[in-house]
Amino acid sequence: MQQGETETAAEEARPVIKVENLSLTFQTADAPVYALSEVNLTINAGDFVSFIGPSGCGKTTLLRVIADLERQTAGAISVNGVSPEEARRNRAYGYVFQAPALYPWRTVERNVMLPLEIMGMTAAERQERAARYLDLVNLGGFEKKFPWQLSGGMQQRVSIARALSFEPELLLMDEPFGALDEITRDHLNEQLLRLWERTGKTVVFVTHSIPEAVFLSSKIVVMSPRPGRIIDIIDCNLPPDRSLDSRESNEFAEIAHRVREGLRAGHSYDD
Amino acid sequence: MTIEALTGPSQSTPGLLSRVFAGRSGPLAVVCLAIFVLWYLGTVWLNAPLLIDRYERSGEDWSISRLAGDAMAMERPILPAPHQVAEELNKSILQRKVTSKRSLIYHGWVTLSSTLLGFAMGTLLGIVLAVGIVHVNTLDRSLLPWIIASQTIPILAIAPMIIVVLGNIGFTGLVPKALISMYLCFFPVAIGMVKGLRSPDPLQMDLMRTYSASKAQVFWQLRWPSSVPFLFASLKVAIAISLVGAIVGELPTGAQAGIGARLLVGSYYGQTVQIWAALLTAAAMAGMLVAAMGGIEKLVLRRSGARP
Repeated sequence: MQQGETETAAEEARPVIKVENLSLTFQTADAPVYALSEVNLTINAGDFVSFIGPSGCGKTTLLRVIADLERQTAGAISVNGVSPEEARRNRAYGYVFQAPALYPWRTVERNVMLPLEIMGMTAAERQERAARYLDLVNLGGFEKKFPWQLSGGMQQRVSIARALSFEPELLLMDEPFGALDEITRDHLNEQLLRLWERTGKTVVFVTHSIPEAVFLSSKIVVMSPRPGRIIDIIDCNLPPDRSLDSRESNEFAEIAHRVREGLRAGHSYDD
Repeated sequence: MTIEALTGPSQSTPGLLSRVFAGRSGPLAVVCLAIFVLWYLGTVWLNAPLLIDRYERSGEDWSISRLAGDAMAMERPILPAPHQVAEELNKSILQRKVTSKRSLIYHGWVTLSSTLLGFAMGTLLGIVLAVGIVHVNTLDRSLLPWIIASQTIPILAIAPMIIVVLGNIGFTGLVPKALISMYLCFFPVAIGMVKGLRSPDPLQMDLMRTYSASKAQVFWQLRWPSSVPFLFASLKVAIAISLVGAIVGELPTGAQAGIGARLLVGSYYGQTVQIWAALLTAAAMAGMLVAAMGGIEKLVLRRSGARP
């Protein structure tokens, strides 16, 4: 399947993120914490890759290393062929955090404009993009509201619009729907899937929900804690027009089963 | 009148008392009433020894009611009665032209001008220090102990020296007093702003990093707006102690003008009524300044999306 892909679309196989023997150790007062150990991973352009694993398995840390919010202690990593720091300076990625992290003194619209202001776009362009991306996340009409006037799900959609607004090719999402109720989460999963199909962006997505990972991803990276490492990498190519109903299909169940087994293996190995 | 409103009708309509106390004016009226009662009692109690002494020396007969009446009408009482102070306030605020040297408005304005100048300078100094402390590690470690130490020196001790030194190099009048205000009021601003500029949470800071925003951008787009609520909390403290600084600064200047000068002249000549009038004027000024600051705070915070 992997090979088939590389043959049919050479363009899509262009690696965006390359991680080689990457380790990260936090020095704490009593004992070092091995957050990541010997991680090897390649993420190609257009992939939707999920990192899944229990808390403490280093999935968020790995995402933060990609984003140059943490520095590895050993090994190599490149983003778009350059170091994460340079990629960050090139504003190569949009990052969506666990919490919306909106600035409460800015209106919804001005929150979306924040990166555009920092990157020095003209007022007209900022206005146009804010309107466009708020529409894309179905928040047209909420431009002048302040964050506290929105529900948690809406706030997280604003933060997604903000990450999309400067049109990065790479989207890094750290459990963006973790704090939301299941109904809202399902809805946003579907919207995110459509968005990914439409834009063809590369998405790296951290989650601890198996259905979410299987439903969204083209590739699932199963991780395990202490030390944080990769247990399994599962290709997951459900039909692109899949809806939430496809979660009841056999294919879906098979992949979910494999993910679950990977997670279990990681744990038993640990105990 | 307040007594009537509180007790009179409440007997015939039982619901009124609770209605009055449900609002803010009811409890406020009770507190005011209590203060007046205590004040009048204190007037009689504190002035009594002086009067009894006087009666006994002149061999007059005296009764409690006469004592009470005299205690509230002395020219130089230990503690003047509220109505005496009210009369003095009326005389020195309403009955005099504001340009008169005996008008409390005139003296209030003199004090207010150095208060506001000192407050402006102190706020600026406090903010500059906080920005330095937050951005420069060396300043963080070296400056804060000095700032705290500066506030342990009693302002009454240092004020005359500031006046003398500045007077020697040609600064008199407004500026030395404003400097003393500044010395007092930069402190809460600096402390509040250090806290405020450090208040953005890690996610909000990380977000700026993902945009590879410059330090200046992080400051203007994140640190500064996050610190505004802290700034206003500090400013409300700062403006009140800035007034204290201005009054203290007026004491060693030879008492030419200002609330502090009135206090000093009053104490020279034992004019306690005048002292109390000046004190109440100062208190009213402080109240108005803090209230004005609160109003500005509300306006600014509402504009920046605070919940109503």
